[in-house]
Amino acid sequence: MELDIVALSRFQFALTALYHFLFVPLTIGLSVLLAIMETTYVMTGRQIWRQMTKFWGGLFGINFVLGVATGLVMEFQFGMNWSYYSTYVGDIFGAPLAIEGLMAFFLEATFVGLFFFGWNKLSRVGHLAATWAVAIGSNFSALWILIANGWMQNPVGSALNPQTMRMEITNFFDVLFNPVAQAKFVHTVSAGYVCASIFVLGISAWYLLKGRHIELAKRSMTIAASFGLASALSVVVLGDESGYLSTEHQKMKLAAIEAMWETEPAPAAFTAFGFPDQAARETHYAVHIPWVMGLIGTRSLNTEIPGILELEEKAKERIRNGIKAYDALMQIRAVKAPDTITPTVQASYEEAGHELGYALLLKRYVDDPRKATDAQIDQAARDTIPSVPTLFWSFRIMVGLGMFFIILTATFFWLSARRRLDRHRWLLRIAVFAIPLPWVAAELGWVVAEIGRQPWVIEGVLPTALAVSSLGAGSVLFTILGFALIYSVLIVIEMGLMLNAICNGPDPDNEPEAALISPSLMHAAE
Amino acid sequence: MILHNLIDYETLRVIWWLLLGVLLIGFAVMDGFDLGVGMLLPFVAKTDTERRIVINTIGPVWEGNQVWLILGGGAIFAAWPPLYAVSFSGFYLAMFAILFALILRPVGFKYRSKRESPRWRAGWDWALFIGGFVPALIFGVAVGNVLQGVPFRFADDMRIFYEGSFFGLLNPYALLCGLLSVAMLTMHGASWLMLKSDGAVAARARRFGTIAAIVVIVLFALGGVFVLAGIGGYTITSPIDWSGPSNPLLKTAVREHGAWFANYQTRSWLYIVPAMGFVGAAGAFIAMRLRLEVTTLLLSAASILGIIATVGVSMFPFILPSSLDPKSSLTVWDASSSHMTLFIMLIATVIFLPMILAYTSWVYKVLWGKVDARSINDKSGHAY
Repeated sequence: MELDIVALSRFQFALTALYHFLFVPLTIGLSVLLAIMETTYVMTGRQIWRQMTKFWGGLFGINFVLGVATGLVMEFQFGMNWSYYSTYVGDIFGAPLAIEGLMAFFLEATFVGLFFFGWNKLSRVGHLAATWAVAIGSNFSALWILIANGWMQNPVGSALNPQTMRMEITNFFDVLFNPVAQAKFVHTVSAGYVCASIFVLGISAWYLLKGRHIELAKRSMTIAASFGLASALSVVVLGDESGYLSTEHQKMKLAAIEAMWETEPAPAAFTAFGFPDQAARETHYAVHIPWVMGLIGTRSLNTEIPGILELEEKAKERIRNGIKAYDALMQIRAVKAPDTITPTVQASYEEAGHELGYALLLKRYVDDPRKATDAQIDQAARDTIPSVPTLFWSFRIMVGLGMFFIILTATFFWLSARRRLDRHRWLLRIAVFAIPLPWVAAELGWVVAEIGRQPWVIEGVLPTALAVSSLGAGSVLFTILGFALIYSVLIVIEMGLMLNAICNGPDPDNEPEAALISPSLMHAAE
Repeated sequence: MILHNLIDYETLRVIWWLLLGVLLIGFAVMDGFDLGVGMLLPFVAKTDTERRIVINTIGPVWEGNQVWLILGGGAIFAAWPPLYAVSFSGFYLAMFAILFALILRPVGFKYRSKRESPRWRAGWDWALFIGGFVPALIFGVAVGNVLQGVPFRFADDMRIFYEGSFFGLLNPYALLCGLLSVAMLTMHGASWLMLKSDGAVAARARRFGTIAAIVVIVLFALGGVFVLAGIGGYTITSPIDWSGPSNPLLKTAVREHGAWFANYQTRSWLYIVPAMGFVGAAGAFIAMRLRLEVTTLLLSAASILGIIATVGVSMFPFILPSSLDPKSSLTVWDASSSHMTLFIMLIATVIFLPMILAYTSWVYKVLWGKVDARSINDKSGHAY
């Protein structure tokens, strides 16, 4: 990748998105865990649960503000760095973002203030309602942003309007109930729950190892292990694989993840290990497990999964089709009055229009795709193959970690059921060292999703290289350095405060245990 | 989906122009006092306890208020995609400065109280000041540039080309608008502090607030004089298709002296809007002197409403004129989303905005009352 505006803009997006996602999964997961803990407090009246809610809530707060701070960057930089993208698809992509604000962010952000400041101002049930509002708001925000992202992977319910030169919505319900978006939502929030569970599990394990805050740690572990086990199973079982086969390029993503160059007879083998070589187009030292890939990918024994090279050949055809669509589009746009478009042009546009995006892949090499040479078409088809080694390894590490989380949470679930949480110090140590791993898995998940979609920003519709703003490279380099600087400083401060809060442990809770009678009655009792 | 034909395209465009105003004014009124309080922090509060009082007046509510900005961004993206794309990429470095400042704010609120060290706290105090001042200034500067026209054009495939520079944004008229914005939000922040605090902090806030209210009146008047004297305006010169496709290049437009006053000449009742800007600020000044706390805040909000609405009304139907290529200018009739998207977004707004207003009011009711030294030292309240 040369240091051009596309590369710089992509780098900045990757930097800010991956950084933002350091805070998101914990917010999503911990908000639900807090709501569960506080519900237990309200139902039992036991002060230990209130103390737990406040303690984990404190850590939640340190994490939450950085999510808020970096989320604003995410929303603004579509317009800042990807202005052609923003005009080209804003009609569809903008709506879920705005609804996310209306439905989710307001709920989450308005009540998070009450969560922290409202302990003395609200009744127990009132405060619990505020906590649930935060949890529901965080989870809904994930839903809407993933509807937006799901549409980038599988752009349903929309069509290009030649008069405005942008994608416009044709069926909102298709966008809303996009299967890729639904799968992504379940996968991502479950991953957030796992992240929070392992966070709570690991810190509690550390307290047990140090012999501190035993009551709080054991209860927290029990909740984290059971919630974490259910979520870890959900992440893997309901993983977003189901979405891979829905479009042609998602097939390319799947083939690249598997480093499957040639189409194999069904059911295909799964490559457990190997070194994919993009230049030589083969995988060295591959270890195959027969049948498994075909079964996972197609859930059948006789459906073929196309390999990378076959898909590349298909891409050439699509590019040639796309050129026809581009030609028709230009003729339609050249006509002044819409009713004078000739039927042949209209027919040609309607037939090939869905492959117009493939012609736009040529824009990197030639201004007018109709003038592309065969060599340029071959090059553009080669561009449709994403970075195979990156996907191959990111996916395998992510899945491996997912399996590990199932084993870890299952182990602690079993120990908790047998009341043996503090028996095995080595297990507690593993739990402590596991704390960073969910973040690794989550970030790699985004690497797979987004690098796997390249060279497209909207799958099959708009190439990434075309979507950028016409900014000077110097400006973007400057903002990259600016973000890198402030993000580095803030992560150091955040980690410092987090560790400090963990070392200090929960605040002593000296308020009366027997809050089972309502506060108004307590006054009378005194 | 044929439901969207219930409301015609042209009406939806006008509704979304109004909602754009509602969101921007909502942001300026709700998050505006947070920004104002941030700017006032180093000046109205001298001791650490006083500073904590000031911060805690907005502690529980700033997060919700900031969502007005997030929603504003999302709604502009959804309802006016070219406006979002042109302004955010054109004002690239200015937007970066706003983001940088706004990143400091949440962290400042939350992390300041986590350590006792005076240096740590003084550092975050300045971060909060920057987090209030820089966005207030730059948003105003941006509006000042929008009124003059921004140097951008569309290519034939609707790619956007911007031919200005960051320093080009800092012209005298834009800086005047920036200072007006700073004064306006300072007045608003001071009104909030008068309501939510007492003693020395409230007294200092009142002093700054009265000065700010006078500055608002003077700068707002100057802004109008400059528009009359030389800033000019833009006007569409081709027949308008109110329900036409959203393609700015289908029209022609020119820069024309006095065009920003044309709407007031055809509909003189519109003078109510700028009048509200003046009367609100003057009223806030008087109410501050009379120590009418709630009235001050309401009048200050009315002034903000009047000032921001004046910009919109003067420019209508333009929302972002292009000085480089006037026909590329974005107007209400050619820069919106599609008919269906505007309709869907309207439905979502009609459902959720009343809910938001209801629970936000409830939260403010729960938090009603002054913040003082006693309330912030109550450990179980989790104050900042």
